[in-house]
Amino acid sequence: MYRTMVTARLIDEASFRLNRQGKAPFVVPVSGHEGCQVGTGWPLRPGQDMWVPYYRDVAIVLIAGMTPYEIFLGLFAKAEDPSSGGRQMPSHWGSRRLGIISHSSPIATQVPHAAGIAWAARYRGEDTVVGCWFGEGATSEGAWHEGMNFAGIHKLPVVFVCENNRYAISVAQPLQMAVQNVADRAPGYGFPGVVVDGNDVLACYAAMKTAVERARAGDGPTLIEAKTYRYFPHTSDDDDRSYRTREEVEEAKQKDPIAVFAETLKDRGILDPASIDALWTETKANVDGQIDQAWNAADPEPSSLRRHVYFEGDA
Amino acid sequence: MTEKNVVTAIHDTLHDEMAADDRVVVLGEDIATRGGVFRVTQGFLDEFGEQRVIDTPLAEGGIIGIAVGMALHGLLPVAEIEFADFIHPAYDQMVSEVSRMRYRSNGDFGLPMVVRAPWGGGVHGALYHSQSIEATYGHIPGIKVVVPGTPYDASGMLRAAIKDPDPVLFLEHKRTYRLIKGDVPDEPFEVPIGKADVKREGEDLTAIAYGLALHLCLEAAARLQAEQGVSVEVVDVRTISPLDKETILTSVVKTGKALVVYEDNRTYGAGAEIAATIAEEALFDLDAPVSRMGGPDVPAMGFATNLEHAFMPNADTVAERMLELARF
Repeated sequence: MYRTMVTARLIDEASFRLNRQGKAPFVVPVSGHEGCQVGTGWPLRPGQDMWVPYYRDVAIVLIAGMTPYEIFLGLFAKAEDPSSGGRQMPSHWGSRRLGIISHSSPIATQVPHAAGIAWAARYRGEDTVVGCWFGEGATSEGAWHEGMNFAGIHKLPVVFVCENNRYAISVAQPLQMAVQNVADRAPGYGFPGVVVDGNDVLACYAAMKTAVERARAGDGPTLIEAKTYRYFPHTSDDDDRSYRTREEVEEAKQKDPIAVFAETLKDRGILDPASIDALWTETKANVDGQIDQAWNAADPEPSSLRRHVYFEGDA
Repeated sequence: MTEKNVVTAIHDTLHDEMAADDRVVVLGEDIATRGGVFRVTQGFLDEFGEQRVIDTPLAEGGIIGIAVGMALHGLLPVAEIEFADFIHPAYDQMVSEVSRMRYRSNGDFGLPMVVRAPWGGGVHGALYHSQSIEATYGHIPGIKVVVPGTPYDASGMLRAAIKDPDPVLFLEHKRTYRLIKGDVPDEPFEVPIGKADVKREGEDLTAIAYGLALHLCLEAAARLQAEQGVSVEVVDVRTISPLDKETILTSVVKTGKALVVYEDNRTYGAGAEIAATIAEEALFDLDAPVSRMGGPDVPAMGFATNLEHAFMPNADTVAERMLELARF
């Protein structure tokens, strides 16, 4: 779990470095969200359960099985980018092989998809659970309500995870909703809402594990709200200085989920400072080692622009 | 062969496809207990059960979005939008999700799903139960848009739509539901999507139409033949997207004159694309300018009978335009 959090952080740092070098025109950062993503992704079974992420979910797709190399292929919009072959902006995940559902840029459109997948999974007699992630901004959209409502009515095997980082780009939570917690809305859909500290990966894991077991047992959805923070702007094209003070950002960084988890691991004698340093060094070498290969991969052929509008036959 | 009206042909075909393939599920407003406001899914709930016949909340974006999820996970959903006029909240799902899933995933994901929607005027539906939406979605690559006008075509094209690996917007002109009758084979058959059909052969001009307007053209053509000796060929477009240019152009080249009749607002309507195609690709075979007959450019038709009549084409106004073109 810790290694996956570190991998996500290092992919972020590398991506921003590449952005500054002019090699990556667009980056959607994850930093700050690693705890809630790894905690809520971990209880699902890669290859069996379904993943309906949104664009900030680097750690979620890592857990589902996407490699840093594949993520960099997407960052550089290469032909072999598994998500879209370089068609979509980076961080618009998708892979049928891995059960990661392709998503768009409009917010919350994937929430009814998650409900529909859950319906189909139950109808087919599978024990599949669907995980669906979004930011708190998504919860203002009609599609969010419609998906949540349908899932609640039919007690579908889906877990909704809100990564609440307090800002929908620049709009702070008090201007997004009159309630304190997104989770407060869950009873309106007839299922439980749970608030967890998104900087505490183990608390997120525990909440998700309970929710997944509940869903798999046929008891219906859960809404987990993980309170977190993003350390970078919304994207590489955003300037968050216009809406957040540096003091606020620095204060949030004091609760860095990776640092918090490292302390826990040290306290419990699972890792010592030396092994943590070694893990970072090793992971950084691994992540950075995949950049060049992705950069040197082939670009999409311009002639491929017209392909895959309609079915072209089985591959 | 059995003689059926359009709505019965659709009901029977959907029923038979559900009986033949348990991946086919239907969802929408009032479709289960009520059997659909037009009775298309009558009796389905009892026969196929609530896991396959799903009354949804009143939320069109949700209906389409849930159908997307089902199609992503092995089912063949047939979603009903109660009236085409109510599909607008689902525009984001239709455009951002349904049409682009295959394209944006570079062919990794596909959406084998059908969205059925009753469209068109002539039933006192006023502003919000009469709209034409075919041009809106015909403009969106990735979605196929079909507009069958006869019981035979409705049956064969619905079967083709359910088996199609791509999303199909299946538009049923509600005035034709019980008005138009015809023979439908008792055995399963398909009418290919993307093929227009010459519904009446003629020599002097070609009328190109779909939906209710097709039948107005056929009536007007029969009348002109009998009363004026004018021979009109009538092409049924059947599929708005992808458009069968070949059948349309072949007919226009043969007759040298083209009248495109559509019920939608004239400006930017589907008929505008058809007229432009003819102008672009058959100019030197034309003996008259391409002629278009569409609805007036007002937001929609009114409820009052005379307001509705003033909006809709009818066999008289169509015959008049045909005669004008024949005499050009």
